[in-house]
Amino acid sequence: MRFHLRMPSLKVTVGLALLAVFTFVAFFGSALAPYDPSKRSRDILQAPSGKHWFGTTHLGQDIFSQILVGTRSVMFVGFAAGILATAIAVLIGVTSGYLSGVAGESLSTVSNVFIVIPALPLIVIVTNVVPDSGDWAIATVIGCTGWAWGARLLRAQTLSLRQRDFVQAARASGESTWRVVVFEILPNLTAIIASSFIGTVMFAVMTEIALAFVGVSGISEWNWGEVLFWAQGQQALALGAWWWFVPAGLCIALLGTALSLVNFGIDEIVNPRLRSSGRAVVKAADGRKVRMRIGFTPVLSQSPDVSSEGGGR
Amino acid sequence: MKYFVRRLGFYLFTLWAAVTINFFIPRLIPGNPVDSLIAQRKGQIDSKAVESLTVLFGLDKHQSLASQYFHYLGQLLHGDLGVSFQNFPEPVTTVLGSALPWTLGLIGTTTILAFLIGTLLGVFAGWRRGTWVDALLPATSFLSSIPYFWLGLISVAWFTGVDSFLPNSGGYDPGLIPGWQIGFIGNALRHSILPAATIIVSSVGGWLLAMRNMMVTVTAEDYITVAHAKGLSGRRVMTRYAARNALLPSVSGFGMALGLVVGGTFLVEYVFSYPGVGLQLLNAISGHDYPLIQGVFLVVTVAVLAANFLADLAYMALDPRTRKEG
Repeated sequence: MRFHLRMPSLKVTVGLALLAVFTFVAFFGSALAPYDPSKRSRDILQAPSGKHWFGTTHLGQDIFSQILVGTRSVMFVGFAAGILATAIAVLIGVTSGYLSGVAGESLSTVSNVFIVIPALPLIVIVTNVVPDSGDWAIATVIGCTGWAWGARLLRAQTLSLRQRDFVQAARASGESTWRVVVFEILPNLTAIIASSFIGTVMFAVMTEIALAFVGVSGISEWNWGEVLFWAQGQQALALGAWWWFVPAGLCIALLGTALSLVNFGIDEIVNPRLRSSGRAVVKAADGRKVRMRIGFTPVLSQSPDVSSEGGGR
Repeated sequence: MKYFVRRLGFYLFTLWAAVTINFFIPRLIPGNPVDSLIAQRKGQIDSKAVESLTVLFGLDKHQSLASQYFHYLGQLLHGDLGVSFQNFPEPVTTVLGSALPWTLGLIGTTTILAFLIGTLLGVFAGWRRGTWVDALLPATSFLSSIPYFWLGLISVAWFTGVDSFLPNSGGYDPGLIPGWQIGFIGNALRHSILPAATIIVSSVGGWLLAMRNMMVTVTAEDYITVAHAKGLSGRRVMTRYAARNALLPSVSGFGMALGLVVGGTFLVEYVFSYPGVGLQLLNAISGHDYPLIQGVFLVVTVAVLAANFLADLAYMALDPRTRKEG
């Protein structure tokens, strides 16, 4: 499959730019932070000011520093879990799609079981059992439970690719199964793999933050969920300390939006019909207007105004 | 019928898998904490309860794993989930029995409402593609990127207060006794407005996008062009021809997404101290109440499977191909 290269849409550009900013902060957050995030000071529960951009906590800790330093943990768990889950998804999804018969069916059943079993309760329970719940452990647990959606999508696509002529031809010419899978099928799954990777990163970020928020994961490292955990525990709401939980929430939402904007872009490569098309109203020779809509046959309307029903009459 | 039987078999298999996971997890806990908890409560727990906990958590090391496993299955079949440590001496089933209606009511209503609203908006957004509606899509993805629990925190801060109509926590006022009286139901409804609104707002976006993308794909089909060519009204083509077919993947995705939705709503229960299963789970975890943790996981899985089964029935009603014999 060759992708038609075009200027990435505005959505994708914005998404990638946001991701780049978060990645930068993940690497250099500790160096950028104006204060030590755990260090107490006398500025207790200060509203945002020039000195403390996002205000301070009940112990006088600088929230801006906490957010900056916490970015690393969030990005690390998101991407590590995403890579692990995508690897498992590719392995299981492609295998179960390519193999026919009992082996394929049973792998597909396994992934369906993982989809249906409620993930968050399971992750909460497993994390609680794991003795050392640092970032690595959490990323592993999330990766091992979050692969099933991707596997399901990849299986469906592999099933349809298996019947295509070029795959049949490769098999007929005696290429090994391994070679057919890696060189004929995998390249055609790139977009789906990428989009399921991004979906899993999003899931992992949300899950990690949720775990930290309810206080299940260890409190050794700062992350955004940790900030919210303290905000909730110290009654930030009742104290009117909105600055304590608003920045972390907005960061989560921004990261999530960035990921889904990139995903929009990938979706539009896979399925060109999803591209937003500009309004294209064309004037016919006799002055009547026709609105062009992708997927509809343009029809001259009787009335001069353009009806919203593209293929009206 | 074949479809029906296959799905039923799948659910039984999943149930078995969940029960088995539940069997193994406590056996992986290093230095079994249940042991020490029983030791702490020595003299308070009667021997029968100790026996049931022994079976649930594999404290009896003399038995083989296989015989432990069958013993465990037998006990589950009798509906014995052990004794809750936190709510001692209440059995886990009693604790779950009082929490489950709250969760079912809240999640059930909000998930269905969010699905209906999101799907309706998605039909519209897909049909009006290339108009101003497209500009709203990034906004919906922003909304669905906000964690449920954070939106809950914000709405507590904005909408509740000393003199507000909306309470900030709990499922009902502390003085009331749960029952089917008008006063109590009204009070419970008032408590559920904010949690419900939170869940709906943050989950509508996902359904909207899924439905919109399916609508866009479906509208390119030949039968839509034919319907237009026949001169049917645009509305009729949109609802009867495009939406009905675009709905199928959403309905089959409904059950599958429930597993994810449940997790998010648990956090909403936590934020609002809503007396449901999710709050019980999180409390049980902080209190190391292992029997209750196990029980919650099992009950939630069963509930999600049941909901999946209902979604399958709806799918059968919508798609005649699944009803075909053979």
